[in-house]
Amino acid sequence: MLRFAVRRLMQLVPILLGLSILLFFWVRALPGGPAVALLGERATPEKIAQINRIYGLDRPWYEQYLSFLERAVQLNFGSSIRTQRPVTEEFLRLFPATVELSLAAGIFAVGLGIPLGYLAARRHTTLLDNASVTGSLIGVTVPVFFLGYLLRYVFAVKLGWLPATGRQDSREFLDAVHPTGFYVLDGILTGNPAAAWDAAKHLILPGIALGTIPLAIITRITRASVLDVVNEDYVRTAEAKGLLKRTITRRHVLRNAMLPVITVTGLQVGLLLSGAVLTETVFAFDGVGRFLNLAISNRDFSVIQGFILIIAVIVVVVNLLVDIAYGLVDPRVRAR
Amino acid sequence: MGTGRSEELDLGQAPGRPGRAAYDGPLLAVDDLSVTFTRRGRRDVRAVDGVSFAIRPGETVGLVGESGSGKSVTALAVMGLLPGRGVRVGGSVRLEGEELLGASDDRLRDLRGREMAMVFQDPMTSLNPVVSIGVQVTEVLRRHRDMTREQASVEAASLLRRVGIPDPVRRLKDYPHQLSGGMRQRALIASALACRPRLLICDEPTTALDVTIQAQILDLLRQLVRESGTALLMITHDLGVVAGLCDTVHVMYSGRVVESAPRRPLFGSPRHPYTGGLLASIPRLDAPRGAPLHPIQGSPNDTIPWESGCAFAPRCEDRVDACTTSAPALEVRGNASVRCWNPLPPPGRTAAVQEVRA
Repeated sequence: MLRFAVRRLMQLVPILLGLSILLFFWVRALPGGPAVALLGERATPEKIAQINRIYGLDRPWYEQYLSFLERAVQLNFGSSIRTQRPVTEEFLRLFPATVELSLAAGIFAVGLGIPLGYLAARRHTTLLDNASVTGSLIGVTVPVFFLGYLLRYVFAVKLGWLPATGRQDSREFLDAVHPTGFYVLDGILTGNPAAAWDAAKHLILPGIALGTIPLAIITRITRASVLDVVNEDYVRTAEAKGLLKRTITRRHVLRNAMLPVITVTGLQVGLLLSGAVLTETVFAFDGVGRFLNLAISNRDFSVIQGFILIIAVIVVVVNLLVDIAYGLVDPRVRAR
Repeated sequence: MGTGRSEELDLGQAPGRPGRAAYDGPLLAVDDLSVTFTRRGRRDVRAVDGVSFAIRPGETVGLVGESGSGKSVTALAVMGLLPGRGVRVGGSVRLEGEELLGASDDRLRDLRGREMAMVFQDPMTSLNPVVSIGVQVTEVLRRHRDMTREQASVEAASLLRRVGIPDPVRRLKDYPHQLSGGMRQRALIASALACRPRLLICDEPTTALDVTIQAQILDLLRQLVRESGTALLMITHDLGVVAGLCDTVHVMYSGRVVESAPRRPLFGSPRHPYTGGLLASIPRLDAPRGAPLHPIQGSPNDTIPWESGCAFAPRCEDRVDACTTSAPALEVRGNASVRCWNPLPPPGRTAAVQEVRA
């Protein structure tokens, strides 16, 4: 197990190296540059040159890349050109918000997708089954930002049931303190249930927007997997033993049917983080994704490079954890 | 449910449980069983058609036939394991006088695993890959015999030992992929026998195993049946298995029983041409080198519906005109029942097959 984990973490080295090169050239290939973004379209060449000199952008590209790499291995990605604060610090400040949002989306997707997929499979070829297949097809195809604006318009603007933007209402914000940065958790920890509830309400719409694609995928995989498993010989064996229905469902159907679902759910983590860029922007949700979007608009090279590399590490580590979890469920994988 | 718990915990021999003594009919009586698969937009398929047979306690009965003859579907119908949708089941299946067709799901669940158990064909796929052997054996004990976890695992270890699995305590913690095919089939037999059922149905239990393991498993079944007095319904296409194990044999073709006979007369003088063909097709060790094999001509697909004649007629060498105009009935001839217009003559013609008795 340990060797497996170490081997997987070693794979990070080539992944990050390759990604860093791609990123480095990609941000520099964007039209304009940090100087233009800072000074506006009509900046004088002298001013631009001055800015470029400050940030070292006038040096040869290989020098820039090597010094970037040298600092990056020490987890130093420089400072944001826009906010002047260190990239790592910005990331740590914003990361809890994105985790909170991703968790909300994940709970929505898994908590609804697995039961829905299971029911669709057990009611195979009925209306519910057809509805879930059609629904999940729509779910995977609808763009996140479109769904985000739609939800916001209907439930926040028209109906006024839920807040449209942000992480916390400013009124509640006054007494809310944030020792961890996870607002719901903070509200609970500091004995401020009103703040926790308010923060939770702010998670509902963006959570649904972000969780819809994973929900659709998880529903479909669960349905297909349960359909496969219920026809397995070992389920018939369990029936022949006269076991209770719930024992058969839990022990013999679900435990096997969950294996592909775990794998696919793990793969959704990357999707959640990239979806967070759009969702956080739509809902003005102050997290990593929104900050990254602003950084791209502002050609904030160090933030783009730093954030994406850190996110890459997180995706790989989460996938590793998922694979370890898979081994806990499937003894055949554990043995290897 | 019928029997009290206390005597079920007794590890003695199964037959003659108190409270059952009053009943002295057959253990299992299948009467005019028919199973029809229906699918929207398709012609109904009658997989089992008017099958009747009975099994007495302690008896071993063979259900023989080629793929598609309806023998497995018969077994599934007895166990109540056919899918709920798209299947029509008719006739009657009685276990110790109790009608099983139409019995409630709860009642069937109580009977399955406790009074009747089943071992399936493929041990590689019949065990749940992500659940330990221990749980897969103990779950049936805990379900039907109200055992605690500890009692059940002690009992499971002793069951595994009885079916010939070495080091059973360690094996309980193993997962199916850590066991060989033969060991898996033993584990499945152990879990089927865990509650000492009165009826054990084995659906080609050795087909997926290699030959030496087949012999071991058959020996094991023979011994377990003798020791426990369990009635055994053996479903197979392997006449060697029948010869070694069964008291009575029913030969099925295209959903109907075409010949029923005790083992010896069946092997000594088969009356139905299909049975005769099956026996004649067995390769013989004492045949001269290069002697041709004698397959039954055609394939199971070359069949006519029973409504318009004998389903075997298109492949039958002894076909007469009647065979393709109306279906023969199952008639008693000597000590066998035969469904044929032109049965093989009594002793003589296929005497050579005596050897098969092995």
